[in-house]
Amino acid sequence: MSAYVRRAWIVVWKDVLSERRSKESLNALVFFSLLLLFVFQFALGPDRARVETALPGLLWLAFILAGLLAFGRTFLVERENDCWEGLVLAPGDRSAIYLGKLAGNVLLMAVVEAALLILFALFFGLDFTAALPALVLVLALGTLGLAAVGTLYGALTAQLRARELLFPVLLLPAVVPVLLGAVTATQSVLAGQPLAEAMPWLTLLAAADVVYLVVGMLTFEFVLEG
Amino acid sequence: MAARILGWLALVALLAGLGAAFGYAPREAVQGNVQRIVYLHVPAVLTAYLAFALVFVGSLGYLLTRRPGWDRLALSAAEPGVVFTGITIASGSIWGKPTWGTWWTWDARLTSTAVLFLVYVGYLLLRGMIDEPDRRARAAAVVGILGAANIPIVHFSVSWWRALHQPSAMIGPGSAPYPWWMKAVILLNFAAFALLLGYFVARRAEIARLEDMHAG
Repeated sequence: MSAYVRRAWIVVWKDVLSERRSKESLNALVFFSLLLLFVFQFALGPDRARVETALPGLLWLAFILAGLLAFGRTFLVERENDCWEGLVLAPGDRSAIYLGKLAGNVLLMAVVEAALLILFALFFGLDFTAALPALVLVLALGTLGLAAVGTLYGALTAQLRARELLFPVLLLPAVVPVLLGAVTATQSVLAGQPLAEAMPWLTLLAAADVVYLVVGMLTFEFVLEG
Repeated sequence: MAARILGWLALVALLAGLGAAFGYAPREAVQGNVQRIVYLHVPAVLTAYLAFALVFVGSLGYLLTRRPGWDRLALSAAEPGVVFTGITIASGSIWGKPTWGTWWTWDARLTSTAVLFLVYVGYLLLRGMIDEPDRRARAAAVVGILGAANIPIVHFSVSWWRALHQPSAMIGPGSAPYPWWMKAVILLNFAAFALLLGYFVARRAEIARLEDMHAG
């Protein structure tokens, strides 16, 4: 078991290290998030009430758009540097590689989501502090679901010609339940309702996460063959 | 030969289903003749689910055995599955216009059927993008398995989503229990569609086998 965790950890460590040195994904993603805010502002106009009504949907729209870019790049390093065989040849259970890549994606998205929340709070004059603990729970469950499918499909499309096109076409319908659940739960949490109100949705999100994780872990070795 | 028998059986069953839907089933008192769409609509969606179950079985079979026959089953079931889902949505739309007054509404069942349609259109798009047979089969199998595992989650999430927002005022005749003869005609048509699906799958799998032989 500890060898399994170590294998997953090595993948995370490798990706975090190369990201820390190149800052390739993170810088561009945070900047992209800032641009999204401008787009939302232009689309909705100056009316603050409208922004607040649409806020849960806007937040998750921003997360999924950033996620589409982030998850699509999951295996970019391996593909562009001809290191795919390195992953294939790594000894032991391949699902450890999946979990490592997944953890890296969740980490990346956590930073992007934190940046987005701060940007939303700043530019739209919102206050998330009261709802923050519950919001973090919703974000964690939602992001795990998005990343679980995103990492699997990111690997699946990494070697394809039309991957930029095919990746969102496969991912978006698959994560409809996560988006529905996350948006509704975020809405309830931001409205200051007790967490029990959002409980059915949190349960659904958790169930979806488990299903996606299990399918991802079981099928990843077939995807990795390239 | 087996496919040919299946085809004739499907034709006979389809004619019987058509006769039952127009001849035997009475005209609905409120909606009139348009209600007969139920005999196309419900069997089509049941057949689509059957097809996607076959995609799941084929996908699982391929990953476990790596025998190309399983992949051909998945492919051959996915194509008619998408068509039957399309028929479901189109016939529902045609039914919805005179009875609900709108072609489309974001009702739970409409939405989850549309999501199902999108998932398997994506599946077919993916298949079209990969030339190498084993790679195509593996990638498609993963999407086929996740797609099937997702069906109940999509279903629950979408029905809660609507239920939490507004009561389902738009649900058609489903809210009232069907009389037995209506169920019988629906089942007869489902049997006919299922036979037709079997015929399509057998024919399509045969074409895929010949294609593979030709390519290999």
